Amino acid sequence: MASPRPASGGPDRAASLTDVTVSFRGRPPLGPYDLTVARGEIVAVVGASGAGKSTLLRLLAGLEAPSGGCVVRASGGTTGFVFQSPTLMPWADALTNVTLPLDIAGVPRTGARQRASAALQAVGLGDRLTARPGQLSGGMAMRVSLARALVTDPDLLLLDEPFAALDSITRRALIEDLHRLWTARHPAMVFVTHDVEEAVYLAARIVVLDSRTGRPVADIASPGPLPRPDRWRADSGYREAVEAVATALAAAMDPAR
Amino acid sequence: MSRFLAPLILIALLLAGWELLVRVLGVPTYVLPPPSAIGLALIDRAPVLAGSALQTFWMALQALAVAAVLGGGLAVAISLSPIAERAVRPLAVTLQVTPIVAIAPLVLIWAGLDNADRAVIALAAAVAFYPLFSGVLSGLKSADPDLERLFDLYGANRLQRLVRLRLPAALPASLEGLRVATGLAVIGAVVAEFVSGSGATQGLAWRLLEAGNRLRTAELLAALVCLAALGLALNAAVQAFERAVLRQGQRR
Repeated sequence: MASPRPASGGPDRAASLTDVTVSFRGRPPLGPYDLTVARGEIVAVVGASGAGKSTLLRLLAGLEAPSGGCVVRASGGTTGFVFQSPTLMPWADALTNVTLPLDIAGVPRTGARQRASAALQAVGLGDRLTARPGQLSGGMAMRVSLARALVTDPDLLLLDEPFAALDSITRRALIEDLHRLWTARHPAMVFVTHDVEEAVYLAARIVVLDSRTGRPVADIASPGPLPRPDRWRADSGYREAVEAVATALAAAMDPAR
Repeated sequence: MSRFLAPLILIALLLAGWELLVRVLGVPTYVLPPPSAIGLALIDRAPVLAGSALQTFWMALQALAVAAVLGGGLAVAISLSPIAERAVRPLAVTLQVTPIVAIAPLVLIWAGLDNADRAVIALAAAVAFYPLFSGVLSGLKSADPDLERLFDLYGANRLQRLVRLRLPAALPASLEGLRVATGLAVIGAVVAEFVSGSGATQGLAWRLLEAGNRLRTAELLAALVCLAALGLALNAAVQAFERAVLRQGQRR
């Protein structure tokens, strides 16, 4: 288990990867990754399946040991992680699931449960505290997962294609939620997705990964202030950014390149 | 109701056919007694058979408890260390593949001939051990890998991981192991009693041997009926236990 080193450069940085490579047995190494995430910044990471998007997130979370390079994480902050599936404990109710990170950190029970129920209220599930994951819809379960990631008030929130399995209406609603939650506490967010439009709408910056090595090959700004109104999707800035990211993604996937 | 009716009718038909054939063909009762004779033997020997059934039931239950504590405990202990697992697993498999009959004389000597029931419990526990050990161990490892990562992320210690993640995740596989172990515990108890064979234990297997040696086939079959009923009873008890545990989990 690699524990990221405390930040040495700049208080405005939430996390960064410098020249980081990862080797898995029997596969060519991934990387090198170079990525800096500023405090409070929303970065979307797009790339083909198998391009090492999840690996990049795990590196930032300290869940994957780099075989080379340097992973730097701002000291003192906590990290929230939202997986592709809700990843809830099926035997525990929503409140217990959300309390888990505080529980592990040794926060006294009463306070921990109060914070967890506030986090569930913030994602609109204040009335489903005692529901089990099996009794919740896919969107609700993902909201519980989001509440769990936010309950420690993280300065870095990592999301690994969290809404990929949801229908488009639920997905839009959750993106709105994510913007709202970001406005309240301004955590830095790294959001992995394969949906270009989702990436452009959600983030201020879109990083495109090479389909074979996972190396970031393009870094495109999405203009306009965050959070955005829904009608921004009709804006020319939005459409230009989508076009730019789609072009970069196509280039990153071109086998002849 | 038809769920019970259909098998009951089939059983009644089979018994009637059996009774009829034995009487018409004049089969000697020491070869195959008619069901009526078995019924009479059941009534006649009821106090003895009930006592023996209780004895076997009790021994199997104790064996199951011993196997659950040892198998489950060992599984939890070695789940905390991959090296320990690599070291222990071949031994556990060896215990599983060694025929119980082969180690029975040794265990009888160790337990002392005056304590044959202890030997029976030990042998039955040895048979029931592996499914419990293996069920709990695979259950402990069945937790969602992403949940394991989440526990890594928040810096959970081993105890937190065990209590909050792995033990609850292990419950279904452990109960499955218990179900298999229950059947094996009864088999183990009967085989062990056969081997100890001196009447030092007064379980159902002894009744089988005793009746067999005296060519009292009706009594033998009556004991067999009791043994089947005992297996069903133990199975029902374990299922009730499972339901209670799962319901408790639901309420929490």
